[in-house]
Amino acid sequence: MNQPTAPKPAPKGATAAGTTFSQRFQSWREHHKEVALESLRRLMATPLPTLMTILVIAISLSLPAGLYVMLKNAEAISNDWDGSAQISLFLRFQTSAEQGRKLADTLAKRSDVKRTEYISREQALAEFQEQSGFGDLLQELGENPLPAVVVVYPSVTDLNAAEKLRSDLAKQGEVDLAQLDAQWVQRLYAILELGRRLVAALSIGLALAVLLVIINTIRLAIESRRDEIIIVKLVGGTDAFVRRPFMYTGLWYGLGGCVIALMLIQTVLWWLDGPVAALSDLYRSQFELSGLGLEVSFLMLTGSILIGLVGARLAVSQHIRSIEPG
Amino acid sequence: MIHFQKISKRYENGNDALLNISFELDQGEITFLTGHSGAGKSTLLKLIMLIERPSGGRLIVCDQDTAKVGRAAIPFYRRQIGMVFQNHQLLFDRTVYDNVALPLIIAGYRPRETGRRVRAALDKVGLLDKENLNPIALSGGEQQRVGIARAVVNKPRILIADEPTGNLDPELSAEIMDLFDQFSQVGVTVLIATHDLGLISRYDHRLLSLDSGQLISDGTDSIAADPHHQIYTGGY
Repeated sequence: MNQPTAPKPAPKGATAAGTTFSQRFQSWREHHKEVALESLRRLMATPLPTLMTILVIAISLSLPAGLYVMLKNAEAISNDWDGSAQISLFLRFQTSAEQGRKLADTLAKRSDVKRTEYISREQALAEFQEQSGFGDLLQELGENPLPAVVVVYPSVTDLNAAEKLRSDLAKQGEVDLAQLDAQWVQRLYAILELGRRLVAALSIGLALAVLLVIINTIRLAIESRRDEIIIVKLVGGTDAFVRRPFMYTGLWYGLGGCVIALMLIQTVLWWLDGPVAALSDLYRSQFELSGLGLEVSFLMLTGSILIGLVGARLAVSQHIRSIEPG
Repeated sequence: MIHFQKISKRYENGNDALLNISFELDQGEITFLTGHSGAGKSTLLKLIMLIERPSGGRLIVCDQDTAKVGRAAIPFYRRQIGMVFQNHQLLFDRTVYDNVALPLIIAGYRPRETGRRVRAALDKVGLLDKENLNPIALSGGEQQRVGIARAVVNKPRILIADEPTGNLDPELSAEIMDLFDQFSQVGVTVLIATHDLGLISRYDHRLLSLDSGQLISDGTDSIAADPHHQIYTGGY
């Protein structure tokens, strides 16, 4: 046992050295770093349960994200389809072929029009004869009953914009009737809209599942550190101090789950890339599979970390008050 | 430093743990608190630590009316008080050093300052060479000294010890008591709850005796001479 040191002046308590504001801030930052690493070490110390939790989170995240990628690619395919929507302008009979061509050229210069195609009365007749098999009958008529047509391919993909373009074009003097052939597009749009809603619903549902998984995992972590929490509270630890390691645990779960989810999606995309390229080649299409994209990946990462933090916060605030010395 | 003014504590089950207790401990004073199990020792310590709140009376600690210390302020209040537990309450998932450093980390000290103070505290209790060990590898007496180092590392104004020598032989108990004496000499108010009569009789410190929630004696009289005390401590 040591000899007693020379009597010191009475301790000055909290005003002792090392506690100015900037020093406190610095040590607070160092403490955060330390706690973050300590939380990570704790997770690594039990690799299997940690991996399982992270995989559950990753799978829950990759389902809606994967569906989103599919949807995005389906939209890309629909855009790739040149003839997705077209407006047929049936010209008045008195319009000459030259006027018709001129109209087609003028319209092609509009910004909301991708290109136009002029089909003369003769071409229309020939096409009709070929396709309908009523050729002989039309020959009997003597006179060509078909009008010339300007086919307009809108550059706008939005159906409402296409409809607006149609009514706009109907006002042209040469135009007898303007028709939007959009059934195919309408159906596709309906399917895509359904897909979007499905992704949204699935995202909300599975985000909630991730939240619950994190709450439950952290609740167990809190229970297993019950004694430590009591000691910390007895030696003057604030609620924030007690909360901190669990908040970082939530953060790591969110981050880890999302990184694995992104890797899963990327792996599946690589796996599908070959067949998709082959298929698209067969259709002579330039289509290429696209991934989540940087922006959405970043958004997903942020969201996932946020879910981790919120889950940890909920779990801790539920239990921190019930764990008191006594 | 600690001022009990007509303090009573009645638990929700109707049990009166403390009845009309009044006493005052000055700065640097070292005091024994004794009484048989259930006499109210634990409750009294819990009131000082704000683990429990009194049902009546006023409790002033470090010039603060504890009734005005809200839940959010409790951690900061507790940092003024060092507590030594009978069962040590050490964390076995970290080293001796990290156990002692805990109050400093909580209070936001810088690592360098923390290291300096932790080593000073460990040196004080004679465990400087064991700082990197897990406390589970230490003997009972050593573990208790780690607990004491942790209690004083933040230079508290008050040191509370709950049965600090409970599982220790007389020689180790004397070492622990020497430490408490040293702290009181530098101005720390020390309150030691114990039913170790042998220990109490060896020192000439002030003695508060509780019986059934009442303060039955307050003085430096030798406990062994108190016939009343003989009766209820007969079992020890």
